[in-house]
Amino acid sequence: MSQLSAVRYSIPVLFGYLPLGIAFGVLFVSELEYPWYFATAMGAFIFAGSAQFLSVGLIANQASLFEVSVAILLLNARHIFYGISLVTELKLSGLKRWYLIFALTDETYSLITSLPEPTRNSQQIYWKLAALNQFYWVSGCTLGALMGAGLAIPSTGLEFVLPALFMVLCVEQYRYNPVPSLMLAAAGIAVFSMWLWVDQMLILSIGLALSLLLITYRGRQWKD
Amino acid sequence: MEGLAYLTGFILVAGIATFVTRALPFWIFRKQEQHPLLQYLGRYLPPVMMVLLLIYASGDLPRSWGSLIALILVALVQWYGRNALLSIFLGTLAYILLS
Repeated sequence: MSQLSAVRYSIPVLFGYLPLGIAFGVLFVSELEYPWYFATAMGAFIFAGSAQFLSVGLIANQASLFEVSVAILLLNARHIFYGISLVTELKLSGLKRWYLIFALTDETYSLITSLPEPTRNSQQIYWKLAALNQFYWVSGCTLGALMGAGLAIPSTGLEFVLPALFMVLCVEQYRYNPVPSLMLAAAGIAVFSMWLWVDQMLILSIGLALSLLLITYRGRQWKD
Repeated sequence: MEGLAYLTGFILVAGIATFVTRALPFWIFRKQEQHPLLQYLGRYLPPVMMVLLLIYASGDLPRSWGSLIALILVALVQWYGRNALLSIFLGTLAYILLS
């Protein structure tokens, strides 16, 4: 039963990750002269979309491993805030706990924090969702690398799937945690950050939104 | 062979760096799980992150009425229908038709 519901909740990520993973695999084999299975290995051991795309450039330039670690730490710094918001909540232990933490992408974090209450009670679904999402991602990376350069990806409409998924999760967040003033403030911060510094929009807006939350801590419960 | 050694090292370093960003809070705050500030952030960061990710991910879409209408349609269908697949499917269909 819970396997089934994990699959059901993860389907939107399948439609987002498969084409994105394929795009990564194609890029990897067209830019670099390495065997296809290294694209698979990157999906399996790094499992971070934007970091993997950046990696193709870093590898092409033979960046030093020190540079690599700094670049990836900065690029993925937003994940720290996902962890902070889960510290209190996460009850899983052992291997399942550490696997979930390893596989905590934007999409996995968003899915598990937006699950309806009864489904969340047993957190077994958390790591199952993470594993399914990684399975979709690794499959995409592998397929793309195998099909290789020269493949034209039919992208019509698929680029809409991830924004649509985040919209669905916004609505679910709102349903169970209705904080309209806070969500509006976050939207304002996001648009402002995009206008100010589009390349670093995500980390900038997280920084601003976190500052807002810290300033209003004690002052107010975000209820409307 | 030198190239393969570099790439293997690369994947190792990139994998560890990514894992560190995801695991750091769980190491640092291991003893403070019940701290009220962490409970506060645990409650209010997810809705904030979802809005930020929505706008971030939408940044790749064409700036058009079609994109906006399709996104609003997703929100409405999800609010009343509570079926994520249906909402995303109808929204994507509207997005394709309107673009």
